[in-house]
Amino acid sequence: MTDKDSIQTFLDRYLLTITKPGRYVGGEFNQICKDWEQTALHFAFAFPDVYDIGLPNLGMSILYDQINQREDALAERAYAPWEDMEMLMRSHAIPLFSLESKQPLRNFDVIGFSLPYETLYTNMLNMLDLSGIPLHTDERTNDDPLILAGGHACFNPEPMHAFIDAFVIGEGEEIIHEVAEVFKAHKRAGEPRIALLKALDTLPGIYIPSFFEVEYQSDGLIKEIRNIEKPEKSYIQKRIVKKLPKPVTNFLVPNVKAVNERAVIEIMRGCSRGCRFCQAGMITRPVRERPAAEILEALEESIQSTGYEEVSLLSLSSSDHSQIADIIPQVMQMSESKNVSFSLPSLRVESFGPELIASMQGKRKGNFTIAPEAGSDVMRTRINKSIDSQDILDTATQIFKMGWTNLKLYFMIGFPDETLEDVQGIVDLTRQVRSIGKQLVGGRVKIHISVNTLIPKAHTAFQWLPFSEKESVLEKYRLIQSGLKNTGIKLDWPDYDNSMLEIWLSRGDRRLSAVIEAAWRGGARFDAWHEYYDVNIWQQAFESTKIDPDFYSTRSRCTEEILPWDHIHTGVSKKYLLNELEKSRALETTADCRQVCHGCGIQANYAISCENIRTGVQ
Amino acid sequence: MRIRITYQKYGALLYTSTLDVQTIWERSVRRAGLNLQYSQGFHPQPRIQIANPLPLGFIGSHELIDIWLADEFNSAEIINLLNSALPEGMQVLEVEIIEENGPSLPKQIEASQYRVDLLNTDDNPDKISVLAQDILTKDVLPRVRNRKSYDLRPLIQALEVQISESGNTVILLKMPSNSSQTGRPEEVMAELGIPMEDFRVTRTNLVFSGKYA
Ligand code: SF4
Repeated sequence: MTDKDSIQTFLDRYLLTITKPGRYVGGEFNQICKDWEQTALHFAFAFPDVYDIGLPNLGMSILYDQINQREDALAERAYAPWEDMEMLMRSHAIPLFSLESKQPLRNFDVIGFSLPYETLYTNMLNMLDLSGIPLHTDERTNDDPLILAGGHACFNPEPMHAFIDAFVIGEGEEIIHEVAEVFKAHKRAGEPRIALLKALDTLPGIYIPSFFEVEYQSDGLIKEIRNIEKPEKSYIQKRIVKKLPKPVTNFLVPNVKAVNERAVIEIMRGCSRGCRFCQAGMITRPVRERPAAEILEALEESIQSTGYEEVSLLSLSSSDHSQIADIIPQVMQMSESKNVSFSLPSLRVESFGPELIASMQGKRKGNFTIAPEAGSDVMRTRINKSIDSQDILDTATQIFKMGWTNLKLYFMIGFPDETLEDVQGIVDLTRQVRSIGKQLVGGRVKIHISVNTLIPKAHTAFQWLPFSEKESVLEKYRLIQSGLKNTGIKLDWPDYDNSMLEIWLSRGDRRLSAVIEAAWRGGARFDAWHEYYDVNIWQQAFESTKIDPDFYSTRSRCTEEILPWDHIHTGVSKKYLLNELEKSRALETTADCRQVCHGCGIQANYAISCENIRTGVQ
Repeated sequence: MRIRITYQKYGALLYTSTLDVQTIWERSVRRAGLNLQYSQGFHPQPRIQIANPLPLGFIGSHELIDIWLADEFNSAEIINLLNSALPEGMQVLEVEIIEENGPSLPKQIEASQYRVDLLNTDDNPDKISVLAQDILTKDVLPRVRNRKSYDLRPLIQALEVQISESGNTVILLKMPSNSSQTGRPEEVMAELGIPMEDFRVTRTNLVFSGKYA
């Protein structure tokens, strides 16, 4: 029996003995199955969480579509098996396989892992292990697949450097084809693995961690990061596509429940607002809009090809799209005529006129969400969120007047130079919103606030700041809690320990590879799931590797320090980020850069005009 | 117009529950370019009636569903449109245009016929026949399911052991599947001492109650 046949036989026999067996069979409408033997290049895209979470991932849908459009290549998928399936597979010695052709993952040429966030790392190791692929890059031979990774978490690739052969830094639509070409030539020539890595290294945006070396000082800080392969190449600049390619419309339609089941069209990439805490806003610059006509056409096409009953528009800040006032009414009209519903997340108060709210009136049923982020005007100035409390109250008034009753507000604490007054501002603002709601819609008003603690992320103006100490976080939460007592306002906040993993891993260096491996060996899996994440396993992992976790979390970093991700460039200069940090301290704002360029580095580093690229003038 | 669809469910679709099958029909109809009728009211619901839920993992070789379309097409056209829009693992065999306001489909179903294929070649058909005969001679067959005890015996309306053309052992069953009673083939298999991973169930037919047959 071939591998493939024994996997199919295993599934036929045993799937019914586990939970949600539909996760492991594929067969979705729009799945693409090509002939394995007749196709030269075999790509597998792997999402290190369970099927229901991974299936809707847009990044993976894009790459799946890009590779399958090629004559010479096929792309298949794999997700992390749930623990009952993992046990079953291990007890029957079944390797991790692709959903399309049920081929073992190790038979593929390239495995591309999608790493949008850090809490997937242990699952990724588990998937390598279940595939029978050596965990460490330096143990792999020519017979092993090339292990690629991409996604937002890879903007600090260092904690995973030991496990990944090549990182894609930035956008994947074009580079994935270049990787395919390099691999094809490599396969034809039958060269050793090192030659493949060297060839990949010539592609802009590819980071081969084994070509770099990091040296530390006795105090644990980084002394030097150097390229040992090509000393003159001291950094990797993220890849961008100058024009967004035609959006994917033939989404996979699952046969069992997934977290999101809808057709999603990305209307804009990047953000010009420059909120100082926001990593996505920095790493996705410059802004590129899709034209309204293309968006409408894609939505229609996607309803036709998926049959989905819901469509959605995606971007970091949908209301900033220059044609949004045309797009929304047209989408509303289309969704009505086709009997599908329409959701539009990420609207911003600051660009949110009453017309826009009014045009969405048909949508009154759900929650309306506003993200004031901070409670006081002072703090909003520090984080460069260019709205004041009055704007927020006005918007809330509009929303209630239009008939919405449920409002959700997003806040953060743990910002630099934060006082208890700033935190009290969260309470005051929320109470004010509630009284407006009471006046306008009466007892039906429901306010829900969510308060997260700032994670100072790599490549943001706040990257040098420490994560708040537990005591200070708890004090602030207690203040909010007592301030909202007996108001019926629902308050959510994350458990402090639950945030720690994301903090360590997103701000860590190469030494964390050992910690991640130790945690995985200690049983860490599904760390993104609160009910599975076990902080004790991680603490033990730090202890056993003699690494101090606080070094990465609550330590504040001096601005001269070499940061672990300094050799990964987003196009936004470190100088600009530093200046933003200083402006935050000096209570200065930086305006939306659609009005005036602040020289963040994007135009210079990519030799482009942000204005032209935004609207698609080439 | 109301149509009654006879379809098969197999392969990757084996692990899709009836609730999700309903969603698959809604989406497939939309992909086919057909329009469903919706119920009146504040939350309009598509007018679809699945005859009877098919348990997870069972192959359905003659499943039934009624849907109300807002379009007028002939049966052959609808079969073609739907079959190009259904996922792999679901296929339309027949479409019948029926009385718009006739009785609800689920209410008409009385029982189901099943065929259980044993997967191990070393199964001893004679031994299984003896066990089956034994079951049939009993008056009561107490079993516990979900911590409730019940009598399985009256739910076994027919039970027969056969050898298939390929030489494998096959068990044919008829059990009620209506609003008051549902018989579960896997309970009979448990009574025969055959574990879940060693057999595969196909629902071969839905039996209409005498009134509607
Ligand atoms: S270069 Fe100027 S316009 Fe372009 S993203 Fe940076 S600040 Fe904005």
